[in-house]
Amino acid sequence: MSKENVLEIRDLHSSFFTDSGVVRAVNGVDLVIPQGKIIGLVGESGCGKSMTAKSVMGLLRYPGRIESGSIRFMDKELVGLPDKELRKLCGNEMSMIFQEPMTSLNPVLRVGRQVEEAILVHGKAEKRAEAKKLVLDMFEHVGIPEGEKRYSCYPHELSGGLRQRVMIAMAMVCRPRLLIADEPTTALDVTIEAQILQLMQKECRESGMSILLITHNLGVVAEICDFVYVMYAGRIVESGSVCEIFDHPAHPYTRGLLHSMPVIGGDQEYLYAIPGAVPNLLRLGAGCAFCGRCEKAQDRCREEMPELKAVGEDHFSRCFLHETEG
Amino acid sequence: MKRVLKRLLSMIPVLLGVMLLIFIMLRIIPGDPVSILLGEHYSQDTIDRLTKAMNLDKPLMQQFFSYVLGVLHGDLGVSYIMKRPVTDIILQAFPHTVKLAVMAALFAWVIGLLTGIVAAVTQNRPPDRIFMTLSLAGVSVPIFMVALALQYFLAFKVKLFPLTSDGSLKSMILPAIALGWNSAGSIARMTRSSLIEVMQSDYIDTARAKGLRRGAVIFGHALKNAMLPVITMMALQLSSMMSGAVITESVFSIPGIGRLATDAVQNRDMPLLQGTILFTTVIVILGNLLADFLYAVLDPRIRREA
Repeated sequence: MSKENVLEIRDLHSSFFTDSGVVRAVNGVDLVIPQGKIIGLVGESGCGKSMTAKSVMGLLRYPGRIESGSIRFMDKELVGLPDKELRKLCGNEMSMIFQEPMTSLNPVLRVGRQVEEAILVHGKAEKRAEAKKLVLDMFEHVGIPEGEKRYSCYPHELSGGLRQRVMIAMAMVCRPRLLIADEPTTALDVTIEAQILQLMQKECRESGMSILLITHNLGVVAEICDFVYVMYAGRIVESGSVCEIFDHPAHPYTRGLLHSMPVIGGDQEYLYAIPGAVPNLLRLGAGCAFCGRCEKAQDRCREEMPELKAVGEDHFSRCFLHETEG
Repeated sequence: MKRVLKRLLSMIPVLLGVMLLIFIMLRIIPGDPVSILLGEHYSQDTIDRLTKAMNLDKPLMQQFFSYVLGVLHGDLGVSYIMKRPVTDIILQAFPHTVKLAVMAALFAWVIGLLTGIVAAVTQNRPPDRIFMTLSLAGVSVPIFMVALALQYFLAFKVKLFPLTSDGSLKSMILPAIALGWNSAGSIARMTRSSLIEVMQSDYIDTARAKGLRRGAVIFGHALKNAMLPVITMMALQLSSMMSGAVITESVFSIPGIGRLATDAVQNRDMPLLQGTILFTTVIVILGNLLADFLYAVLDPRIRREA
């Protein structure tokens, strides 16, 4: 594994083993996160983005589990790593923030204590007073004003933006190498969203931390990501640098996503929407999962799964179109 | 503090209403206390004299107001049968009920919480299945069945415990189990479902993502949230136990509030019946109050002003 990569996911399969069948939510995902970069993972709801993240953090719940594949973090293989070893990494070397700052903080514990816990559990401070000081420093660092006062607040006493800053403080307080942000700004309004994104970008630049940013908002991706993975029905369908993806989208799904972004000042009368919905993962055919919604689908698409093929420099797409076009 | 006072003041209309209701109902039900007291074959003259002496010849309104006035002074009247102040009788019986209720509640809480937590963390595995079947038996077997079964097997056959209560702690164990049985079952079931629900929350993922051990996640993060609905139920159960366990007290002959009430009904002892009902009403209201405040202590979202 290359020294510059913090995380390398290879052919990851994570599934839910339900009574009505096996739901292959993550179906052979390859993903690489270089050091100090912000990597976007984009897709519709239910395409397996969060499942990929939770696989890395060991947060999958019954009946979900990792079936096969490899997740290498730094020089450790996480698949099959004993719980105890994984816990040492979680919240320490790698951490995660969630979509809903309202529900992802424990409502009956003071926020300061919740952040402090991350310090104490990883032994970054001996005494509570020491830990508290670290918490207050971190609060200041992530832009929480009047930290001393906020320290003893309960989550419901804080605004959504402050709550998400607390979550970031909690995730950052042990100086992780990798931060997984699962739709961190979806529940916030736009001005707060910009602030939170800036904060994450700053962290990334200053500390050399890498970020896996999961989102369905392409605007956010364009703003802060270096590289993008587009996911559909459990598979990566396209990947490339932000410029490549936005300027030359290759996969019909990516094109559809870009096309369905509203343009301010544009003269379009209706907002475009990709027809249809994400397929039922229980009834995936042999072919491309997107063929049912694809305007350019051919017979071959229904029978055969295309491979991820290079369509440009560091730009890959999973579609037969490129063979005929190129 | 302001809220406590407000809640206490709001008890007054409730109590007045309860007093009025009891008063009316006791006058509507058949059975004249005077003739019950005298038995048969008494002259009309004696009956009239006694009626007058018991103030039963006065207009109903006047009877009610003199009763309320007495209650305000802590005077609940004099028992027709026992010829003693009702207040004294109740205060004498109450410690027995309290002893029984506290022991029953402790039994129910310890058993209920433990089995509920174990069941929740072993969800759908054998310990969960066993405990939940048991707790189903707990909530569905009636108290008198449990009481009689305990009495028959553990007191009569095995002679581990005395058959009836003599006031000692040991003699209270069987009654406490009988009375706490149903509560233990419902606490276990509620704890389990509440804890399982809480474990699905986002903040549990956050806690796990921090690298906390499973035990720390359950006891440090999940349990306090899961206990919120359970605490309310536990406080209400305690107050209902405190207000007298009619069946348990009868089966084990414990001279508590429940026994007073049944005796009073049988003897048409109106002052005593009024007194016990009023007393239990106060207990239940206080129990509700306690539940609300415990809830506020545990849940900062409810604790607005402190």
